[in-house]
Amino acid sequence: MSVPISWYLLLAAALFAIGAIGALTRRNGIAIFLSIELMLNAANLTLAAYSRLLGDRAGQMVVFFVLAVAAAEAAVGLALFIGIFRLRRTIDVNRINLLRW
Amino acid sequence: MDALSLLWWIPALPFLGAAVNGLLVRNGQKGLVTFVGLAAPGASMLLGLTAIWQYATGLAPEPLRQAVYSWTVGEMSIDVAFRLDPLSAVMTFVVTVVGFLIHVYSVGYMGREEGYRRYFSFLNLFMGAMLLLVLGSNFLVMFVGWEGVGLCSYLLIGYYFDQEFPPEAGKKAFVVNRIGDFAFLVGMLALFASFGTLEFGEITERVLAAPEIAKAPYVFGLSLAGFVTLCLFIGAMGKSAQIPLYVWLPDAMAGPTPVSALIHAATMVTAGVYMVVRTNVLYQLAPEISLFVAGIGAATAIFAATIGLAQNDIKKVLAYSTVSQLGYMFLAAGVGAYVAAIFHLATHAFFKALLFLGSGSVIHAMGGEQDMQKMGGLRKHLPLTYPTYLIATLAIAGIPPLAGFFSKDEILAGAFAGHHHLIWGVGILTAGLTACYMFRSVYLTFHGSFRGSHEQEHHLHESPKVMTVPLVLLALGAVTAGWIGIPTGLWEMAGFADHNVLHHFLSPVIATLPGVDTGHHLSHSTELLLMLVSVAVALGGWLVAKRLWGGERGLAADRTFAERLPFVQRLLANKYYVDELYDRVIVRPLAGLARGCWKIVDTLLIDGALHVGAFVTELTGDLGRFSTTGNIRNYALYFFAGVLLLFWWMIF
Amino acid sequence: MELLAFVVFGLAALVSAIVVVAHRSPIHSTLSLVVTLVSTAALFLMLGSPFLAALQVLLYTGAILVLFLFVIMLLNVQRERTGAAARSPFQTWSALIAAFVLAGAVCRLLWDAHGEAVLAPLTEDFVALRNTASLLFRDYLLPFEMVGLLLLVAVVVASWVARRGGADSEEESR
Repeated sequence: MSVPISWYLLLAAALFAIGAIGALTRRNGIAIFLSIELMLNAANLTLAAYSRLLGDRAGQMVVFFVLAVAAAEAAVGLALFIGIFRLRRTIDVNRINLLRW
Repeated sequence: MDALSLLWWIPALPFLGAAVNGLLVRNGQKGLVTFVGLAAPGASMLLGLTAIWQYATGLAPEPLRQAVYSWTVGEMSIDVAFRLDPLSAVMTFVVTVVGFLIHVYSVGYMGREEGYRRYFSFLNLFMGAMLLLVLGSNFLVMFVGWEGVGLCSYLLIGYYFDQEFPPEAGKKAFVVNRIGDFAFLVGMLALFASFGTLEFGEITERVLAAPEIAKAPYVFGLSLAGFVTLCLFIGAMGKSAQIPLYVWLPDAMAGPTPVSALIHAATMVTAGVYMVVRTNVLYQLAPEISLFVAGIGAATAIFAATIGLAQNDIKKVLAYSTVSQLGYMFLAAGVGAYVAAIFHLATHAFFKALLFLGSGSVIHAMGGEQDMQKMGGLRKHLPLTYPTYLIATLAIAGIPPLAGFFSKDEILAGAFAGHHHLIWGVGILTAGLTACYMFRSVYLTFHGSFRGSHEQEHHLHESPKVMTVPLVLLALGAVTAGWIGIPTGLWEMAGFADHNVLHHFLSPVIATLPGVDTGHHLSHSTELLLMLVSVAVALGGWLVAKRLWGGERGLAADRTFAERLPFVQRLLANKYYVDELYDRVIVRPLAGLARGCWKIVDTLLIDGALHVGAFVTELTGDLGRFSTTGNIRNYALYFFAGVLLLFWWMIF
Repeated sequence: MELLAFVVFGLAALVSAIVVVAHRSPIHSTLSLVVTLVSTAALFLMLGSPFLAALQVLLYTGAILVLFLFVIMLLNVQRERTGAAARSPFQTWSALIAAFVLAGAVCRLLWDAHGEAVLAPLTEDFVALRNTASLLFRDYLLPFEMVGLLLLVAVVVASWVARRGGADSEEESR
């Protein structure tokens, strides 16, 4: 039996919501980062599902670029965490309040 | 050389000198400053004299007009043009010659001053503006010069800006002049609105062609001519120090003495007279305003003369004398004796400049002292200053055959001929007072014995040649300047042909209107009688002065006067309390109004609104800053809430 | 058969995603993210894009998550401490509510849009790797090259940022 396309989309929405909860509640910088990757992944899944629904491979191309940008983002983001950790000896975002008034 | 085609260089050269001295030369280069400061007006004078000579000998069209630039705004187009006609020729002659001599004198007088370069730069600037004023071919160019001389006057009165009084006097002069200038501007605009042009020549032609336009009712129950002439005369009141706007001129003596001589006696203050004569066609069409002018002139003449009688500052005496003589000129213009007004203007420029420069020489010798109570017996020490000062005094008193006699006599004759007998009476009384207070200054300064300190007496010395030579040259002018206008009556009585040069030269400028009676002719015997009366009055004034202050009497008469008539003496010494009156009636209410505006409108309303705005901003900022916790997760939450809102907005 | 696969991989993805978010240890979070990603790769395969599935496994799990693990080990990140001061219930609850609202709204919308609609069977043409390659290297060549440049810049920046973190890091790097 074939799976309805809306199931894929609902799964993606659920993954996105879980990722959002993680990004908003976790205090460990790297955990937040992981949650963001989760959200990206959910978006990718949506794109792939619509690509399948519409029979247009452009969606797949976008997913490819999202993956590449995610790689770049991970590299820079992790480097930033290393830098911040060297300065502050922590990656707890509650204690990194550089943007305070 | 064709000087006429170089006409516009006459005002341009002093401007150039001012710019070079003001912008390029450095303070230390005194020789260069002197060279530039003298060369510019000197060259201007030579060019001016050549141009006048060529013009007078008939080489020029009538009148010569030279447009340099055309200023066009929309429909309106006004030329920056210069005009050489008999009137501007006479004015140019007076301004350049007297001006150049005073420049030379200044080299000696100002030699040790700090702001030597500044002084010469301003003085050149003044020459340029004054020449622009007299050579301008229309009201706008004249107005530019008019404002320019006002500016220079302000700058030079406040020359000693490190002292307290001079800058105040400069401000006073500037503000009082503004009142007049405003009226001038209104009159000018009324003319432009009616005729669509500001050219002197064109306006005169249009009025002569159709006098009924100028006589048509305009505003406030005045005809067009009446309104315009009234406005222009108010402008002249400010510039030429007539009642009620004369108050700035005595204070203007705070400037350096050569400045007083050039600007506040010989040239700038006569600009109002020049302007009235320049627009004589309109004044002739407004007899009621002309009478007003004559009345103001006569009142100013006697009013200032009485104040001059009780002043002890030698420059103040001369200042009130200037106001008084300017009153004479307006008296002349008011009774229709325009040539006489210009004649007196020219002769007055020579002898009044000479008086001021002489007083400058005295002050120089006294080491800065201006109080005549501390002088006396200076004639021994100042062998050149004394005779020249005396000549100028004789000239201003109206003793024949010196310059002042002829011009003053012509004015009085004009008033008498126009059946203005009251004005004539005031004039003749003023003539006597003039002789009296001028000789008082001579006696107190040069006769008797010295009343100053020993150091001052030791210091006394004649001024250097660079100062005395201009004195001698001006004395020559003060003696001879009157001879160009020896009245027609005298020539005829002596059996000669009429050689009243000035009259013939200026007659093209004075409009002759049909139906306006200008040719008041007196019989020769009346004319001679009037002359004798005025000479007698002048001599009487002299004799009174000699009785009261001559010889060793010194200040005794002043003391007696103060004892006998303390009230009158105080009234005169305090200049009728006019300054105090203006202060109470005008200055203080205005200052109060300004303070009210400041406190209520500015501080309370404008600042208040701003403060409320600032307070609200600060308050919202204070509230808002609690949202910026510095915690990135909070920011992420805001971001997410924003996304939700956006989502909501996109869906519904 | 397909339904079974979807249920298995979908559930695996959901559960492991919850573990990613909920577990206190970063190592565990990262490893369970691996599960999520691999499950998603399987879903990609079912959606007819083997290319993306391969990329997902190679790039995400093979490269990015390994990078994460290295960083976690390098920084020696401990479990999150749970002090009273560190908790912020407002933040947590508002995040939960916001996420559920979002998920609910999206799900509702998607269901209304597509419902039980069943997809057409996959075509050979859609799945063929040759077509994907030609699309990527012909129509999307410029973005492809730009992404390459972006990655190069990211690497340079990352090495610079991580190296010059502070004064003491200078000594460490030598």
